[in-house]
Amino acid sequence: MDWDKFKVHGEPLIYGAMASIVLATIGIIVGLTYFKKWGYLWREWLTTVDHKRIGIMYILAALLMLFRGGVDAMMMKLQTAAPDMKFLDSQHYNEVFTTHGLIMILFMAMPFIIGLMNVIVPLQIGARDVAFPRLNAVSFWLFFFGAMLLNISFVIGGSPDAGWSAYFPLASIEFSPTVGNNYYSLALQISGIGTLLTGVNFIVTILKMRAPGMKLMKMPMFTWSVLITNVIIVFAFPVLTVALALMMFDRLFGSQFFTMANGGMDMLWANLFWVWGHPEVYIVVLPAFGIYSEIIATFSKKNLYGYTSMVFSMLIISLLSFLVWAHHFYTMGQGVMVNSFFSITTMAIAVPTGVKIFNWLFTLRKGRITFTTPMLYTLAFIPIFTIGGVTGVMLAMASADYQYHNTMFLVAHFHYVLIPGAVFAVIAGFHYWFPKVFGFRLNERLGKHAFWWIIISFNVAFFPLFILGLMGMTRRQYTYSADTGFGPLSMLSFVGAVGLMIGFVILVYNIYWSTRYEPRDTDGDPWDARTLEWATKSPIPAYNFAVVPTVKTRDAFWTSKMDKVPLFEDKITKIHMPSNTGKPFILGVIFFVAGFSLVFSLWIPAIISGVGILIVLAAMSFDRDHGFYIPVEEVIATEKKLRGETV
Amino acid sequence: MKIDASKPLEYSTEENSNKIFGFWVFLGAEIALFATLFTVYFVMVDRFASGPSGPDLFEIGPVMIETLLLLSSSFTIGLAVHAMRHGYQKAMMVFFGLTLLMGLGFLGIEIMEFVTYVHEGATLQTSGFLSSLFVLLGTHGAHVSFGFLWGAAILIQLKRQGITPATANKSFIFSLYWHFLDVVWIFIFSFVYLKGLM
Repeated sequence: MDWDKFKVHGEPLIYGAMASIVLATIGIIVGLTYFKKWGYLWREWLTTVDHKRIGIMYILAALLMLFRGGVDAMMMKLQTAAPDMKFLDSQHYNEVFTTHGLIMILFMAMPFIIGLMNVIVPLQIGARDVAFPRLNAVSFWLFFFGAMLLNISFVIGGSPDAGWSAYFPLASIEFSPTVGNNYYSLALQISGIGTLLTGVNFIVTILKMRAPGMKLMKMPMFTWSVLITNVIIVFAFPVLTVALALMMFDRLFGSQFFTMANGGMDMLWANLFWVWGHPEVYIVVLPAFGIYSEIIATFSKKNLYGYTSMVFSMLIISLLSFLVWAHHFYTMGQGVMVNSFFSITTMAIAVPTGVKIFNWLFTLRKGRITFTTPMLYTLAFIPIFTIGGVTGVMLAMASADYQYHNTMFLVAHFHYVLIPGAVFAVIAGFHYWFPKVFGFRLNERLGKHAFWWIIISFNVAFFPLFILGLMGMTRRQYTYSADTGFGPLSMLSFVGAVGLMIGFVILVYNIYWSTRYEPRDTDGDPWDARTLEWATKSPIPAYNFAVVPTVKTRDAFWTSKMDKVPLFEDKITKIHMPSNTGKPFILGVIFFVAGFSLVFSLWIPAIISGVGILIVLAAMSFDRDHGFYIPVEEVIATEKKLRGETV
Repeated sequence: MKIDASKPLEYSTEENSNKIFGFWVFLGAEIALFATLFTVYFVMVDRFASGPSGPDLFEIGPVMIETLLLLSSSFTIGLAVHAMRHGYQKAMMVFFGLTLLMGLGFLGIEIMEFVTYVHEGATLQTSGFLSSLFVLLGTHGAHVSFGFLWGAAILIQLKRQGITPATANKSFIFSLYWHFLDVVWIFIFSFVYLKGLM
């Protein structure tokens, strides 16, 4: 066997990373053994099928990936801070911007949003869990091990280096001979299957498991956004599945899909990638819109303005999201008619998005606004996202796009869309729903400190890129000479990036500080909020609701508080719960081994793990465990304890 | 577990009816998957470079047998579900087994076809056209193979447990899957083979 292809040579940074990975792993193993937590970890977390715990694990993984992607970002910013920097070489820079993009979109934004969905959606619709709890665990572990597979690439064999869009022929075996892009095709494939299953799970959950009385048009806006998002997932992810499979066949088995000879067609990749890739943007942005809608309504003490138009604008966005993909490559020669068509559809998306912006503004109008941390992020989102949207319309004009295609202007645009449109939203949602899950709020003073650091630094880091782009600085260029004049603004952008990092450090410190010192909340409704998730206790009991709520209006919890309408009319009965299972975790491990073997063309382990996957699936099919019941007395005791009464 | 006697057994509990609905949603994703593969095939169909083209390669004989086998198996799985609704476990298992056997026959002929193609110098590496052909047919064939194993697992459970809400649910979902593969094959038969023979 050729051991050389496993090695990554020559970079002190990479040796440092290897050492820190080994040390962290040893630290975790020693810690778990010393505190005798292996059993706890296995019983309570690795085998769990509880949507709340799975959601927490998604969010933890997302925070970890935020750190990893953030380190990538800092390395890029440092490398370009001044002319002719020697911090990274060109190959390493290519790997860093590729993994930064992949990790931030697929392994940070997506899991953060899916994590919030997992925790909140069943509660918002008054359900006890998602429709398929065990499948939910499968989804999580496939995502997790897919993410791990991509993350080991930079110490074993080398990371993908052809950009997160991996355009052919650059990403072909001829021009990218390292295993990096094999990791790309397999890691994304594994986590993509997990995401697709999440899509199926949540569509069924939302359509079939709502509390009695909750008609579709009475659902909270976050649940609506999640429903539409999951419909996009179910129709967009199979395209990615196919694209990645064809990529794998081209790279591992010498097929001719995207090659330059023998009838291959490199543009086919660009089209397939963006047919998935553009809807993907809306997969992360629509739930963010949902989160903002909840937060604005809660902290303005008003019901959401234009509920119906909110729903329809999301439906229109989801349809249009499938009709705009070619705007990512206007300059790649598909002719005037095609470019005009995609130009118009792209600009059309601004209309429903504008409707949503105005609805939020009208909700704020004459509201009694409280400036909490989540509300601050929401208020900052509106103007910043609008800048991103307006520059998006500029980029949508095909003829003008020839000027700024693939420049820093584009980079600035999509960071102005995705950071307020996804990252601020998940941070806002994190602060907003944190007390629901853990039973205490994050400290407001520290939260606001982090907020101001993040908002100001974000603009310092990314606004200069608009100007740099118009000056002609292209994206993905690893260095430049002093004559270009890119130096000063690039340095300013680096300073902004450092500020952003400080903001995130304060945010994480706030979690630690609040865990130790923040007072505990006992009534489960610290924000005086409107939707059903606040009607149960905090922290949430395993069964969510002792009695399934009966819904009569939108914002059912708010109406029940205002009009003193009882939400819980039925008596407590025994509650059916699904049993924990270790099989999803094992399935994830085997998928990881299979993916790793394929990356390095190790056929025998790949075949063995393929058989292993089938065996685990068969074992899951033969499993006859139909769960268990929590008896009435235990439910009553738990409820009393959560209310602070003595049992 | 609340069992609603007014509904067919496979729909009788909330969990069962959720599973069936979920599988329909999953089939929606499968349609998107095969639609993408067909699109790739139609893009690539004339890009055979120096290799053989469709008319050089395709023969109607084996393809007709494959079609007959798969269409008949779709009929027998329908009969199996019909028998299941009447509670005839033995008949159900016979029809179920026949379905799987015909699926196996289909796979055998498809593999022989692939071997013939490769002997005629038409491999995955030859041209864009052949890459897309092999991946489209191969994905369908992989689905049939997976279906065979899945169906066999359900058949064993039927034998052990009889017709229960759980096994009825699994069998019904399997029948949806099998019909779906049949529909995909009809598209392959029409738009890959018949069109390719013209």
